[in-house]
Amino acid sequence: MTRKDLLGIEELGREEILEILDTADSFHEIATRPIKKVPTLRGRTVINFFLEASTRTRTSFEIAGKRLSADVINISPSASSLSKGETLIDTARTLDAMAAECVIIRHNMAGAPHTIARLSSSRIVNGGDGAHEHPTQALLDALTIRQRKGRLDGLKVAIVGDIAHSRVARSNARLLTKLGSEVWLCGAPTLLPPSLDGMVSENRHLLRATSRMDEALDGADVIMMLRIQFERMSEPRFPSIREYCRYFGLTRERVARAGSDVIVMHPGPINRGVEIASEVADGPFSVILNQVSAGVAVRMAVLYLLLGA
Amino acid sequence: MSDLLIRNGRLVDPARKLDRIADVLVRDGKIAAIGGNAALNVPVFDATGLIVAPGFLDMHTHLREPGTEEAETIATGGAAAVAGGFVAVAAMPNTKPPNDNPSITSYMVAEARRSSPALVFPIGAITLEQKGEALAEIGEMVEAGAVAISDDGKPVMDSQLFRRALEYATMFDVPVIQHCEDLNLSRGGSMHEGVYSTRLGLKGIPSAAEDSIVARDIVLAEMTRSKYHVAHLSTRRAVEMTRQAKARGIRITAEVTPHHFTLTDAAVAEYDTNAKMNPPLRSADDVAAVREGIADGTIDAIATDHAPHHANLKMLEFDRAPFGITGLETAIGLTFTVLKLPIDHAVRMLSLNPQSILKVTPWGLFETSDAHLTLLDLNRSWKYDVTATQSKSRNSPFDGWDFTGKAVATIVGGRIVYRDTP
Repeated sequence: MTRKDLLGIEELGREEILEILDTADSFHEIATRPIKKVPTLRGRTVINFFLEASTRTRTSFEIAGKRLSADVINISPSASSLSKGETLIDTARTLDAMAAECVIIRHNMAGAPHTIARLSSSRIVNGGDGAHEHPTQALLDALTIRQRKGRLDGLKVAIVGDIAHSRVARSNARLLTKLGSEVWLCGAPTLLPPSLDGMVSENRHLLRATSRMDEALDGADVIMMLRIQFERMSEPRFPSIREYCRYFGLTRERVARAGSDVIVMHPGPINRGVEIASEVADGPFSVILNQVSAGVAVRMAVLYLLLGA
Repeated sequence: MSDLLIRNGRLVDPARKLDRIADVLVRDGKIAAIGGNAALNVPVFDATGLIVAPGFLDMHTHLREPGTEEAETIATGGAAAVAGGFVAVAAMPNTKPPNDNPSITSYMVAEARRSSPALVFPIGAITLEQKGEALAEIGEMVEAGAVAISDDGKPVMDSQLFRRALEYATMFDVPVIQHCEDLNLSRGGSMHEGVYSTRLGLKGIPSAAEDSIVARDIVLAEMTRSKYHVAHLSTRRAVEMTRQAKARGIRITAEVTPHHFTLTDAAVAEYDTNAKMNPPLRSADDVAAVREGIADGTIDAIATDHAPHHANLKMLEFDRAPFGITGLETAIGLTFTVLKLPIDHAVRMLSLNPQSILKVTPWGLFETSDAHLTLLDLNRSWKYDVTATQSKSRNSPFDGWDFTGKAVATIVGGRIVYRDTP
């Protein structure tokens, strides 16, 4: 990979995406070894700079870095200087002066990693910025789909839930349409984005939106469920959880509308009984835990491709 | 004192149906004669090849004094104004404390006399502390020098209170200037809602936030027969509604900023905080509509919404950075380079119309007028360098832009307060 940073799926080409996924496949095997460590990034420093609560992604990056023998340092919101009034740009300069090879940034505001990337000689990986992008999530989702389906083109993928506030939906819609799959965004009209044209920049004809869940699920190869992001809402977007479940909750009956070999995904954290019924989350079609293990492999691949070559 | 002979310039003053090459003689700060002049014992300014126009008035600026002097002062804002060819600015009341009472108004007037090379016309608040709850002492502020009232930046959301403000203001014949933004529709937004806000994952401010208040206010202006002015109009629907309201004879005027006729929301693409302003940069269609509104006279004035912010505040995340950019020094460059506005139309939008909207004592190219003049070189090519700005702040998206057309001298009361030579 020739780019300095990994900030979003938007700017990645098809070949770059496949390079990351192929590399991740080759790292998958390391997780099955008794000693899950290779010396590839020995002596390199990776900073996990997470300004928004995260367990899954932070831990996944930490494990990925450590399996590659990098020194991994975690900076959490309470320990960070931003809570002491430091500007983002001073934080970026400070991180830069520490000369870490790579900084993973999660921030609750869109574009923060991009601002830091412009000012920093460290390689920046976007670990999720506001409602903008979460590139490694989309990559690990793609890896999971490819492992199960053998391909990433010609599939029907339904993404259901709070699309408007979801960086996962944006990154996934961008990646999957780039690679030739049809993506259906499904949610209440109040939870769909203002402009479908802004969701993807290529293969726009592969992106559809609907507020009828049955239409999105009909014959789907992949169902991705999303959490409702109440924390990003300044006013109510639907009347009640009860009514939300009625129209957008994934039940066993609804899964039956999809293809017989459908896979059910969720980036987590899941809210059982809200967007997904327990029997579906734990059921035979669920690949939710496979996503988690794919996450470590994808993040190893990203760190390796940015730092290791 | 303040005697000057401006030689051989092209005098453009459409209010006086004037467009010819002639001399202007200034005596004691006032225009004493227009026409050919014999050699006199006064300083001569050779204006050969230059436009001589009634001095430009920017009816929408934020001078930040009192209260936020680290970003701008009346002195530095005035210096930026004259460097940009403006002989006068109107100053919005969102100072700290806000200009909602005659003592602040008087302070601004006095400080401007003391320190500013440009004339400064304060605009008083509509409501106390701009809170939208109780009327400010509008009459006393007008007596202290306020030329209009506005809660700029904080629209008056309470329709009944705004109706009362419109009614009450008729007693003093001052325009009521509204920053049109439904605060419920815009809540949490940081850029125009559309393709780019979706692409960037930023919360949008829909055009409807502006349109709905323009619509409401037009109804109220008609009902109260008051003088109503739309600040920094930015959407297609707002242009259309203003056009229709004028056709119906409602006393409505409107202004546009140079950035709204120049840039679209695409400028935000790299999360550039210097592309963050309110109203936000809109779509290409809105920019086209705004330009149509300029061309057909729906929009009366070009005003900068000069909004200096200290660099520290623009170094934040896009969502946290404040709205606003500086504009005094780039307005003329954008007007002639991007808009390519004919000179007589530019003089109307930058001088004559703002003067009549604010009902200041008029100036222009006529004998007995105060000698407030802007001298332009329409062929002058130049590059804007924000590090050389007279403003205390540097939050401009136009750094490094190439322009053709520049103010080369600014004259206030017969005194050359700014002069630029190539």
